Amino acid sequence: MSTDTGVTTGAAGAAAAGERLLEVEHLTVKFPTADGLVNAVTDLSYGVARGKTLGIVGESGSGKSVSSMAVLGLHDPRRTRIEGSIRVDGQEVIGLSEAKLRRIRGNSAAMIFQDALASLHPFYRVGKQLSEAYAAHHPKASARDARRKAIEMLDLVGIPQPDRRVDDFPHQFSGGMRQRAMIAMGLINDPSLLIADEPTTALDVTVQAQILDLLGDLQREFDSAIIIITHDLGVIAEMADEVLVMYAGRAVEYGATRELLTHPEMPYTWGLLSSVPDVSGDVDARLLPIPGNPPSLLDPPSGCSFHPRCVHRDKVPGDLCTTTIPDLSPGGRGPGHLKRCHLADPERIYATEILPEIAPDLADGAPAAPAAAPTNKEA
Amino acid sequence: MGPPPPPRPTVGKFAFIVKRLLAGLLVLSTLVVSIFLLFWYGPRSPVQGLCEQRTNNRCTADFRAQLEENFGYNNPMLSELGKYVAGIFTGRDIQLGANTFVECSAPCLGLSYRTFVPAFDELVRRLPATISLAVGAAVIILLVGVTSGVLAARRRGTVADKALVSATLLMSSIPYVLFALLVYLYLNVINEVFPEAGYTPLTENPVAWLSGLLLPWLALGFYNSTQYTRFSRGAMIDALSEDYIRTARAKGLSSRTVTFKHGLRSALVPIVTIFGIDFAFLLAGTIFTEIIFGINGIGRWGLEAIQIEDFPVVQTTVLFGAIVVIVANIVVDILYGVLDPRVRIS
Repeated sequence: MSTDTGVTTGAAGAAAAGERLLEVEHLTVKFPTADGLVNAVTDLSYGVARGKTLGIVGESGSGKSVSSMAVLGLHDPRRTRIEGSIRVDGQEVIGLSEAKLRRIRGNSAAMIFQDALASLHPFYRVGKQLSEAYAAHHPKASARDARRKAIEMLDLVGIPQPDRRVDDFPHQFSGGMRQRAMIAMGLINDPSLLIADEPTTALDVTVQAQILDLLGDLQREFDSAIIIITHDLGVIAEMADEVLVMYAGRAVEYGATRELLTHPEMPYTWGLLSSVPDVSGDVDARLLPIPGNPPSLLDPPSGCSFHPRCVHRDKVPGDLCTTTIPDLSPGGRGPGHLKRCHLADPERIYATEILPEIAPDLADGAPAAPAAAPTNKEA
Repeated sequence: MGPPPPPRPTVGKFAFIVKRLLAGLLVLSTLVVSIFLLFWYGPRSPVQGLCEQRTNNRCTADFRAQLEENFGYNNPMLSELGKYVAGIFTGRDIQLGANTFVECSAPCLGLSYRTFVPAFDELVRRLPATISLAVGAAVIILLVGVTSGVLAARRRGTVADKALVSATLLMSSIPYVLFALLVYLYLNVINEVFPEAGYTPLTENPVAWLSGLLLPWLALGFYNSTQYTRFSRGAMIDALSEDYIRTARAKGLSSRTVTFKHGLRSALVPIVTIFGIDFAFLLAGTIFTEIIFGINGIGRWGLEAIQIEDFPVVQTTVLFGAIVVIVANIVVDILYGVLDPRVRIS
């Protein structure tokens, strides 16, 4: 089994001494089901400092959302087995009582969800749902104060005529406005940690860019730490200071955004980059989907969980890939860039085999330039 | 951002109700005419039952012919139908014998063949018993059914949940007649655990009203609550698995607020929908309960009317049932719009 103690803690360019606002260490989340134990997250460690943004990328079912829901203790303890440590501002979350968890949720750590239409209650007015979040952590506030705060927050996120729209139902908002309302709700108690679970997935690109700008502005204003969960590398490139790539419940690559996107060292990350269309790039560049499907978390593959889909397996001597789970350890680019792969020389393979395929214009002259990830502003 | 919301169609709601009422009227007229035709062109004389009753089962052709003549069955059908319909709006005098007339004021639904009292007056007289029974049972159905359903949903998958659901299934698989009979026998006849069942008007003696209806309420209420346990459990599990419940928890709301304010609020919509119709059926007559527990309500009245082919009473009970169901449907539709703001009636 892999043991990557110590390596992750000081990892990924977080030079700041002392503890970051959020510290997740060796987090393991399992769901017992009738079919067996689902290993949703295995031995995951990461952290975010104030004012910084961590992007978590991965396919559906890679454990992105599961791990972040664990940060707020949102999993039903009767149906979940959680091990490891999650500290929010020094406070251990795992094993915390429901009453104490409630004080953290929506207060010091808030979450905004994808699909705001489904995530807002259809029967309550938007303002009511916002003021409810405020009142939950300000028991002394009057209904009028809570309402005023709700209007103020709607104004902050750019809802026009907030004093009127506060009485609308969610279905009377447009998709972008709903997502803004969702963000307003997440920020209403000035959280120091904001987890945004695919905040722009259901939105068209122009609205998506506005929402991301808004998140960036608000982060500067409140100095919050943000975790942005997405499968869109464009969002990552624009927003994140650090990136965590997840596959089958494990971290497979972790590093500073620019470093990781320009010098990816793990075949799964290559696959993700290869499946992103580059709007400004060569029209002849090929979009290469990753072959196969994500593995079942009920019965994960032996060895490296990516090996059944990995086209570079033959470059690893012996049957290492199918028998041994690689450690999450620094590769050839220093301690700030971690990867979970047995390949001895990933950088050379990327430069000679991957880059020419996905971005021929970059492969020739400037191998150090960003390989992919168009920003939304260009779109 | 986004287009302004469309103005709320308040006029549309009114038009909707009018439309539904007109559709209801169409149903009622169809019913009036079909039951009328059924008696006129049925396989035997519409007064056969009456004739046998009046002569102790020694009905003669002569007497039957005389009854047919008295009740207008020798006149053209359309003119009798016209008289019947006109009577509903204006009232009429109904001829019984050569010189006997009975005044039947509007809304006149004919005279009961058995008592020669206007059917509508009899309906009004029996209504309080049926309403008392239906309302009491409905309260128990909702309280017991929804509460146990919500509790089961919150403890989904536990032994308590499974035991509760199995118990309700077991109860539902017993025919209601048998269940009510056994309840009556064991709790009222053999062991006098409950005060004797029966109906006393509330205005006459509230204590007797309560004690007489207690057992019928419990029997009817508990038996029918079982389906509400399962239904509310399902609706609640659906509601609690919605994304907005996760949002509510992530806001830091208490588990009680999440369950009741956010979860039950959503689950209520389907519950109210089926409850409206079920309540209408309770009002339209709980035949078995009324017969077993000796309550002189509309269900029992209607059944007895069918047995002796008391045409005006059958007609009256059917119309009453139809009106109750139609009104309940409209009320449910209106409530639906009140409960779910996304529903815009147009």
